[in-house]
Amino acid sequence: MTLSGENLGHYYQRDRWILKDVTISIAPGEVLGLSGYSGCGKTTLSRILAGYIAPRTGNIWIDHKAMEPRTFRPVQLIYQHPEKAINPKWRMRDVLTESYAPSQAILDAFEIKNEWLTRWPVELSGGEKQRFCIVRALNPATKFIIADEMTTMLDAITQAKIWNSFLGICKSRNIGVIVVSHETSLLNRLCDRIYHLGK
Amino acid sequence: MLSIHYGLNVRRKMLILLLLTSGFLLAILILSFWLSNDNLRLSAASKNLVPSVQHLFGTDWLGRDMFTRTIKGMRLSLILGAFTSLLSVLIATVMGICAASFGKTVDAVISWIIDLFIGMPHLVFMILICFIAGGGVYGIVLGISLTHWTAMARLIRSEVMQIQNDEYIQISKSYGKSAWFIARRHILPSIFPQVMVGFLLMFPHVILHEAALTFLGFGFSPQTPAVGIILSEAMSHISTGKWWLVVFPGLLLVIVIKSFDSIGEKIRILMEPTSSNE
Repeated sequence: MTLSGENLGHYYQRDRWILKDVTISIAPGEVLGLSGYSGCGKTTLSRILAGYIAPRTGNIWIDHKAMEPRTFRPVQLIYQHPEKAINPKWRMRDVLTESYAPSQAILDAFEIKNEWLTRWPVELSGGEKQRFCIVRALNPATKFIIADEMTTMLDAITQAKIWNSFLGICKSRNIGVIVVSHETSLLNRLCDRIYHLGK
Repeated sequence: MLSIHYGLNVRRKMLILLLLTSGFLLAILILSFWLSNDNLRLSAASKNLVPSVQHLFGTDWLGRDMFTRTIKGMRLSLILGAFTSLLSVLIATVMGICAASFGKTVDAVISWIIDLFIGMPHLVFMILICFIAGGGVYGIVLGISLTHWTAMARLIRSEVMQIQNDEYIQISKSYGKSAWFIARRHILPSIFPQVMVGFLLMFPHVILHEAALTFLGFGFSPQTPAVGIILSEAMSHISTGKWWLVVFPGLLLVIVIKSFDSIGEKIRILMEPTSSNE
């Protein structure tokens, strides 16, 4: 099962192309880096690959099939800002279980304390919320995860810890990961292969 | 800051105030059933009495006890208000969410209906509906709830449109959640404060319009003890010095409406995540 995008092109204003003729593919269990300067369309490309927006040209295939609407999407996107990705009116337990009921082992892997589950999103820091977003994306049905600047707001040690457990779980489940970042040192460290956008 | 550890916290205090206010409204409701209808009988002996221990709110020009009339009138207004507000809030919520959720055509149709309703003067439209429905409680409920949903529907429509692009709703869609799930779990809680405020602000409208319709002869019959009728009747007696006919019922009306307002406000604050630890 591979996720591939063929000849993807997208613009928000007519004929001002942000992406043009991008062809990208990722195999299960692979860690692919996506790098590029600010504003080159990294986030747009990840949103297209995750099925949030339809590209103006080109197609997305999972195993040569189009993604099905109205079912769980096997490609999950982890956003850059966890505070926007969580409904502020929900308790953290509801946020987590909206996707699936995670096991204690996964919660421990990301050092999510049980007492956090009864809190409101405003009562947790950005990094704590981001861990919930990561756990949420690791649904048993997930085949690919796109991490869009996932740990940018964290300090170096926490960043290392989170990547370590995240990639460990992805490897063990054979999940393909696209790491979006403009930090080349991070990408060099994590990825099997790096795709440079906007060159 | 230190005071957090002593005595009642803000949340507890609010809960107590909430119970007191609800108790007050409940007391009026119970009292209205408990007071005898005999007090409403005409009697020449006790005409135009000033408020006393026997007649707390005095008596009117036909010798009826004003306290009984006001409390019973309040009950009618409360029930009418609750029912009508509920109906109009329901229409507004459904219309607002539909307009924002189901694409451009539905939006255009609903916006057009809203403009149509807003374009016509309220009172004229209400009289029309009331007249068609044959007056009485039925006519008033229909007349008011069918004309008052528009402003709130517009508010809800724009609110829903705004939150629909939020990332957490996009994510919910990526889990394959249905439109119904998203409307119920994500959108409704977000618009609940607006709905609540809209619901409570409808009360004075309902009571005042009930009075207006009755005054114009399309609402209740004059013997019904409704606050609107009491107030419009009392208007003609103010100039002759019978102040108690309008002051007490008016005051009670203000207190009741204020109670509703404060209940709504407290529920909103208690449900708000940001203030949950105060």
